[in-house]
Amino acid sequence: MKLHEYQAKEYFGRYGLPVQKGLVIDRPEQVAGLALRYPVVVKAQVLVGGRGKAGGVKLARTPAEAEELARAILGMEIRGERVTRVLVTEAVDIDKEYYLAFVTDRAAGRVAAIASAEGGVDIESVARTAPEKIVRAEADPFLGFLAFQARVVGRRLGFAGPVLEEFVRIATALYRLYWAEDADLAEINPLALVAGHLLCVDAKLVLDDNALYRHPELPPNEEMTELEAAAKKHDLSYVELDGDIAVIGNGAGLVMSTLDLLAHFGGRAANFLDVGGGASAEAMQTALGIAQRKPGVRAIFINIFGGITRCDDVARGIVDNPPKVPASIRLTGTNETEGQRILREAGIAAGLDPDEGARVAVELARRGAQGREGR
Amino acid sequence: MAIIVDGHTRLLVQGITGYQGAFHTGLMLEAGTKVVAGVTPGKGGAAVHGVPVFDTVDEAVRSTGANACCIFVPARFARDAALEAIASRLDPVVIITEGVPVHDAIEVVAYARQHGVRVVGPNGPGVTTPGQCRVGIMPTHLFKPGPVGVVSRSGTLTYEIVAGLTHAGLGQSTAIGLGGDPVVGTSFVEVLELFNEDPDTYAIVLLGEIGGSAEEEAARYVQAHVKKPVVAYIAGRTAPPGKRMGHAGAVISGTEGTADHKIQALEAVGARVATLPSGVAALVRAQLQ
Repeated sequence: MKLHEYQAKEYFGRYGLPVQKGLVIDRPEQVAGLALRYPVVVKAQVLVGGRGKAGGVKLARTPAEAEELARAILGMEIRGERVTRVLVTEAVDIDKEYYLAFVTDRAAGRVAAIASAEGGVDIESVARTAPEKIVRAEADPFLGFLAFQARVVGRRLGFAGPVLEEFVRIATALYRLYWAEDADLAEINPLALVAGHLLCVDAKLVLDDNALYRHPELPPNEEMTELEAAAKKHDLSYVELDGDIAVIGNGAGLVMSTLDLLAHFGGRAANFLDVGGGASAEAMQTALGIAQRKPGVRAIFINIFGGITRCDDVARGIVDNPPKVPASIRLTGTNETEGQRILREAGIAAGLDPDEGARVAVELARRGAQGREGR
Repeated sequence: MAIIVDGHTRLLVQGITGYQGAFHTGLMLEAGTKVVAGVTPGKGGAAVHGVPVFDTVDEAVRSTGANACCIFVPARFARDAALEAIASRLDPVVIITEGVPVHDAIEVVAYARQHGVRVVGPNGPGVTTPGQCRVGIMPTHLFKPGPVGVVSRSGTLTYEIVAGLTHAGLGQSTAIGLGGDPVVGTSFVEVLELFNEDPDTYAIVLLGEIGGSAEEEAARYVQAHVKKPVVAYIAGRTAPPGKRMGHAGAVISGTEGTADHKIQALEAVGARVATLPSGVAALVRAQLQ
């Protein structure tokens, strides 16, 4: 789960990381009431990247100018995301920009600090073009990220004296935040040198979805569409796509390959919906409801290979909430005979072959499209 | 011969009294697995399918000589269950549980390395050596003993491929699901190493998916060490970028993570990559001839 900059900075503040004075507003008139020293920066609060290039970050010298900019930015759409809040912060004169982040390194199975003296830019492009400018250090899974490690990283970025000690405080605090809040990414870009001191000018925080239960105080996830949120409430993993064939499957890998299968036969999936391991009849019923709610769905492809999921449970779910659009069902694996029997007795056809199932689904969607044009 | 689990595996099931734990214990027993003990704190003294249940792994091991562990407990208890199994030196510790926090997985994997124990998972289907031992949830009837080693990041996709192999008359030496989480105990590279040394494995099937760089690392290992034919399938060619893909992998490994990148990396080292899951068996057969 991705947080907005203003939310990330609230976390930063709680862990003693230095951030500029700033306030978040959702109406331009609120600018007048802000006790801030001018000039200020008005920053769109969106979860997508590239807001600066899209005109979502602007400098204002007076309250009137700030209000005008806030009005322009609020209601902007940045790469499909509507801006509903802006963060207004006191502007600073930046002498140099650095990069500092903690990430989970999958291959190492550890948390790693990534730092660079080339901050303020896209770190992935630095990693590609000048990998020698990236400094990396792994945290110990049991001891954490230690002060001496922070000092080593800080020296390699060129810090010395009191600023080096500031860097050590920031890096160790950022790690504490990362670990305690179950983060997947905690990023400061830029970590700016301002009048001889370090300041977290931008903040990014992504939290581990699997650990959200440990943090009940979290704000609602704004990254998801309405249907994605509805699915999430039922522990289903749903991603909206732009085709016309609704897809339900079990297991992320199988559902991903199901999307590929549909594409292979000339169709396009309307969604990714993984009912997960151990899908119950109720989960299947809910999944059917959600998958068909998206407008423009012409057919549905249910591709189930039972492992921890039992085919009889799935079949019961389908029978309790039969598809409303033409359906192609493929059901095999654990308790397959029983599952097939339940569907057969309810007059619902189901096959065993995935390629055939995908081909049929694509054909059903095509016929649906032609039927609509014929009317 | 086989890898990771075989006829000598004496399995302890944690979470044996739960819905999934009890159901799959029954199926593991039917598959011929020696399930010797179960553990559910507070349920010591009970029995599930005739398997005695203990309150702690320590007691279970003392009483039954269990040497491996399979974990079905809910996500919030998985860390403690796995650490308990590792502390008792059960090996492997196979974690089926889905939804384990990543930081918990980091601790479990590090603790296992310290103790020299192999963890498989979390969020995987387990390990099956057909005809000898099933640890986890892979449907037994799909398998038959044979020359193909299967390693996968996915559960259901593994069954799909294994069913296709069996249908084509190609049995399996061992099938391993690594788990779909960002941090898992066993990597492609470690399994490739085991299959490469296993005299009963003649071909290796590698099933990957988008995200991270495990397939690229596997490709590098194949090039340097693997003498046996490798057939692969990568899921997610048409998956949209940016959805639920952590920034972590991208920052560390540049452009790695897309299906195309993985397919190119594998093809470049001589692995044959199938376009559809149903194409895997034919490629394996061609390689074995």
